[in-house]
Amino acid sequence: MTNIMLVDDEEPFVETMTKRLSKKGFRVIGAFSGDEALKTLASNRMIDVIILDVKMPGMDGIETLKEIKSKFPLVEVIMLTGHATVESAIEGMKLGAFDYLMKPSDMEQLLAKIEEAKDKKYKHEEKIREARIKELSYRFE
Amino acid sequence: MKAESDKNHQYYRTLTRMIVVLMISISIIPLISIGGITIYYYSRSLKNNTIVYLETIVNKHKIHIDTFLEEKLADIQTLVDSATVEQLLDGSFLRGRLETLQKRYGDFVDLGVVDNRGYQRAYAGPFKLEYARYSDADWFKKAMTREYFISDVFLGIRGLPHFIIAIKTKDNEGRIWIVRTTIDIEKFTSRVENIKIGKTGHAFILNRYGEFQTNPKFKDKEDTHFVYSILKETSPGVSGVSVVETEKEKRKRVIYAISFLKNREWMLVCKQDSADAFSSLYHVRKLVISICFVSFFSVLLISFLLAKKVVGRIERADLEKVKMREQVVEAGKLASIGELAAGIAHEVNNPVAIMVEEAGWMEDLLEEGELEKGDTLDEFRRALKQIRAQGTRCKQITHKLLSLARKTGSQLSDLELNELIKEVVGLSQRTARYRNVKIETELSPDTPPITASPSELQQVLLNLINNAIDAIGKDGGTVKINTRMDNKSVIIDVSDTGCGIPEAHIQRIFDPFFTTKPVGKGTGLGLSICYGIIDRMGGTISVNSAVGRGTTFHVQLPIRPEGK
Repeated sequence: MTNIMLVDDEEPFVETMTKRLSKKGFRVIGAFSGDEALKTLASNRMIDVIILDVKMPGMDGIETLKEIKSKFPLVEVIMLTGHATVESAIEGMKLGAFDYLMKPSDMEQLLAKIEEAKDKKYKHEEKIREARIKELSYRFE
Repeated sequence: MKAESDKNHQYYRTLTRMIVVLMISISIIPLISIGGITIYYYSRSLKNNTIVYLETIVNKHKIHIDTFLEEKLADIQTLVDSATVEQLLDGSFLRGRLETLQKRYGDFVDLGVVDNRGYQRAYAGPFKLEYARYSDADWFKKAMTREYFISDVFLGIRGLPHFIIAIKTKDNEGRIWIVRTTIDIEKFTSRVENIKIGKTGHAFILNRYGEFQTNPKFKDKEDTHFVYSILKETSPGVSGVSVVETEKEKRKRVIYAISFLKNREWMLVCKQDSADAFSSLYHVRKLVISICFVSFFSVLLISFLLAKKVVGRIERADLEKVKMREQVVEAGKLASIGELAAGIAHEVNNPVAIMVEEAGWMEDLLEEGELEKGDTLDEFRRALKQIRAQGTRCKQITHKLLSLARKTGSQLSDLELNELIKEVVGLSQRTARYRNVKIETELSPDTPPITASPSELQQVLLNLINNAIDAIGKDGGTVKINTRMDNKSVIIDVSDTGCGIPEAHIQRIFDPFFTTKPVGKGTGLGLSICYGIIDRMGGTISVNSAVGRGTTFHVQLPIRPEGK
């Protein structure tokens, strides 16, 4: 089961999305600000994909992304942006976000992106695991 | 607008006048000074030349005449010395001598020998003057007292103008005799009368009593009077010639050159009208003055045309500048509208996203076919409520946009300043919230309605608020907007708790294209446009700032715009 964290300052949006994604079989945790997201992330290491709104009061999406990428580099982030902030979405991708989506987004697209992101993360983790095994096997040889 | 164009008109007229005056003074001053200097030096040198010329002529003739008189005297002296009185008393001897003198010199008219009582004892000449009595004649009395005597010109016994040379001599017995001769006046005077200088210059001889000794063409009785008054006032030059220019009649100046003759008994006077003597000077002066006049008028004409042209160009350039400024303002408006549009699109996006998700959620529920369950029905109700709530949010945003759209254009209307500020704050509130900025307003309730263009004022306020928000940065802060009354104007203060403006930038913040934002982030037009708008409304905009503590902009607006 894929663990998703949804970060947006619009509470109704987070609530409804949580319900819909839960229905699709994801485990969804909501957060209403960058700070909250980081705190939740620190206590819950199971999260695979984060859906992050770019424009938020206080700590905005880009800053939150930077923090996430430096502290939890393996977690994949999908940026969610209004039209005016495509530039910041691109900036986000340069900073290591997996992809971006325009708001309001199509559910199919979102699901596809989540799937891709999850796959990438799993592959990534797989490689790390393999590397570790190799290292261990070298040590045992 | 009318008053402004009148003011501009006045300005351009003053400019034209200034250019004309400058050009005229630049070109006319050297012209006049060159003309003046030329005339001055030319007249000085010409006067000197004229004076020297007159002096020379007078001097030359004085020497001539003196020499002539001395010669005649010497001739008679020779005659007296070379013969005894007895011989001279002999009529035929005397006639012979006269003939010799006449043959040799031609100036002698007659010869006579007079005894000490004044009786002419011997005579040779064309007249019958034997035994003429001269005892009462002036020349005889004078001749008796000195060695010789040369008389003034006088009519004498015969009624003909002549002068006499008399020489005293003694016979063997010591009796005094006087030998006299008459000199041809014609020959003598023609020398002087023939002196001609220019058109009016002529010469004459006066005796001590101011009587003419020659017969000039223009016999001016007044001359004698003048000559004496002049002589009293002036001392003769080196050559013994006095040259004086004097105003004889009104506007008629005359030059006199005077020299004494014959041991100061006679004087030779050379007289010329100044107008004649200096005719070339007057000619030059006339020429220079007419050149000056022609130049003055052509310079006047040219400078007028040129100034008109130059000022016309300046006027056109100014007009273009105004047009350009309007275009810049327009461009700035478009830029700020673009910014606003982007912000609003994002704002609309959020509720729309929620509505889409709610609708999607309802679809999800429908697909599962659990419509009849109580929970699902409740969920439906909740979702619909949410959709309505978000729809209302969208409506509010579009209403704000519509109110903004309605107020485009710069036509003036009466407006409630506080309402306008509330609207603008409403528009900015969202942006502010994202930046952790609180916008506070403290609006004086007694601000009267003002006449202004709502869209322009809106633009100014939006600009100031956006700047304030930008200045605050990430840590958050407060933007405060006050309105207050001051005298006959309303003041809007927009203050922030941001970074402040450094001293070096304060002077330039209202300059177009001045920006401290990175390339692509700011046009540098915002404040300059604000300045232009407020200036046109007849208000002022000023700024107080302390680095690190914040900035306050003061917008002062007249309650009634000027000229209304």
